[in-house]
Amino acid sequence: MTGVVVIGAGPAGLAAAEQALRAGAEVTVLDEAEEPGGQYHRMLPRAYAARHPERLQTGWRAFDRRQRRVREHPRCTFTARTRVWALEPRADRAPLVHVLRGAADSAGGRAVLEPEALVLATGAHDRVLPFPGWDLPGVFTAGAAQALAKGERVLVGDRVVVCGTGPFLLPVAASLLEAGGRVLTVLEANPAATLLRGWTARGRELLPQAGKAAELAGYAACLLRHRTPYRTGRAVVAARGEGRVEEVVIARLRPDWSPVPGTERVLPADAVCAGHGFSPRLELPVAAGCALDRGEFVLVDAEQRTSSPCVYAAGEITGIAGAPAAAAEGAVAGWVAGGGDPAAITRLLRRRDRGRAFAARLARAHPIGSGWPDWLRPETVLCRCEGTDYRTLCRALEDPARDAARAVRLGTRAGLGPCQGRICDPTVAELTARRGGEVSMAHNRPIAQPIRLADLAGPPEKERNS
Amino acid sequence: MSPRMVPAAADRAGRTDRPLSITVDGAPVSGIEGQSIAGVLLGAGRLSWRRGPSGPRGVFCGIGACFDCLVTVNGEPDVRACRRAAVDGDTVLTQERA
Ligand SMILES: Cc1cc2nc3c(=O)[nH]c(=O)nc-3n(C[C@H](O)[C@H](O)[C@H](O)COP(=O)(O)OP(=O)(O)OC[C@H]3O[C@@H](n4cnc5c(N)ncnc54)[C@H](O)[C@@H]3O)c2cc1C
Ligand code: FES
Repeated sequence: MTGVVVIGAGPAGLAAAEQALRAGAEVTVLDEAEEPGGQYHRMLPRAYAARHPERLQTGWRAFDRRQRRVREHPRCTFTARTRVWALEPRADRAPLVHVLRGAADSAGGRAVLEPEALVLATGAHDRVLPFPGWDLPGVFTAGAAQALAKGERVLVGDRVVVCGTGPFLLPVAASLLEAGGRVLTVLEANPAATLLRGWTARGRELLPQAGKAAELAGYAACLLRHRTPYRTGRAVVAARGEGRVEEVVIARLRPDWSPVPGTERVLPADAVCAGHGFSPRLELPVAAGCALDRGEFVLVDAEQRTSSPCVYAAGEITGIAGAPAAAAEGAVAGWVAGGGDPAAITRLLRRRDRGRAFAARLARAHPIGSGWPDWLRPETVLCRCEGTDYRTLCRALEDPARDAARAVRLGTRAGLGPCQGRICDPTVAELTARRGGEVSMAHNRPIAQPIRLADLAGPPEKERNS
Repeated sequence: MSPRMVPAAADRAGRTDRPLSITVDGAPVSGIEGQSIAGVLLGAGRLSWRRGPSGPRGVFCGIGACFDCLVTVNGEPDVRACRRAAVDGDTVLTQERA
């Protein structure tokens, strides 16, 4: 019997666990959160004793059945509140999995797992492009606002502007409205023409994602009901206020996202929720030695195998396409990792392929325009941790004597703070590339999660697979 | 207006709140069982509790990626408030205190 460890209990990880169990494997699922579900099927804390959790999310019942099936399976061990802080590659075998158990960032119990096969399903976090004032309190990522509303019932503000690009802005706005907030407007930076071109090309591909389309239509109806306008070709180009957001500056954008001069308009607001797509959480795949696809996502073959022996990857770390696509990938990864015969899952493989086609469509409809740096000011912060501003980055890049990567890291300290570049790396890499330099996004964070020295000093408990 | 908690009576999810209390820089702050420390602080109307290099910081990413929300909990520094569940009686120190 194969011992499979799945890291992440979001749509991808749970589907992987379910299929690995079906293939006959012994499965351990690890997640740092208190409950399974990941970002999409975010569960309310158990202590809330919610009588109607299904009212807060689409597809809750099917998800709940799946998570119970997995957790209650005799061959499954599900451990919540468990952070994987490092992976240790081994020749020809799956890497060792180093975990910390207990409350987040606490001195917890340290353990090492020795899987025979490893499925990585760690998901993504929001990507947010910087704009003047994006470091003011009251600016949140779109995902944070969503997580707080859906997962904790906390509303980030009362007069909120949602902005960025992608269909994800719709459920975010809908959740804020549902929680009793006022969403002044939802601003999609891409013009309607780009959206149309991206979404309507090869319409047949979209049919299998009809469920997703219905879900989006539901959010759109919610916006209409609340008279919240959805506007394309517009963005928040600045947030302003004394110690917190008090107003935002909105501008019309050209198709390349450069602001059209003279179209700026000031709107009083107390919160901004911004999302310009997602950044995959790649530190564990990189630590496992997995090759990346153009430096961006984990490279997988037709059966979700990575370039590392016995390591599989699924969900947003291999491409951004939403929960159904992540689950489809997870199902394939779990089945194959668990020792199942790929010939027996043609339906799952087809579903996975359609998910990938959806990802390509999403990327076409919601690209990031090249003109966004026009809304930066010299003093605009790029790295939130170290306070590096745009002026400092430009100066470092102008120095011909230094190679870009070192100049940027050491000269500006961008990416060297507590988040280790998780938030600013894509921005710095893009701005550097524009000036002819090259900064690789290393995603090379051997310590994937903070660990205290005292924990490191003590011996770990050794476990086979659970 | 400030951030706030959806009132239990108006919550479609039908929650049953069990109150808890933590102290933040010595002052009592109430929340409910199950909330994160960031949730308790936001629910109490607080948007920021840390000083970053360019100004005050609170929650940004909400899922443990940005490290903007760090606090000290029961003497343990650098705890991500958005990831740590609040426990009745927790002593929280912000990095904005005088
Ligand atoms: C904050 C946020 C909120 C979102 N909300 C929605 C939404 O409401 N609707 C929607 O359509 N899409 C939402 N998305 C998009 C979402 O990413 C995907 O659609 C979907 O959830 C991806 O599934 P996944 O399984 O690939 O990853 P995820 O759902 O992200 O699951 C990954 C899991 O891995 C765990 N994990 C990561 N690293 C570690 C580690 N080192 N150790 C242990 N566990 C780890 C995480 O705790 C998480 O549970 C959201 C994204 C974000 C960032
Ligand atoms: S808000 Fe980003 S780590 Fe807590």
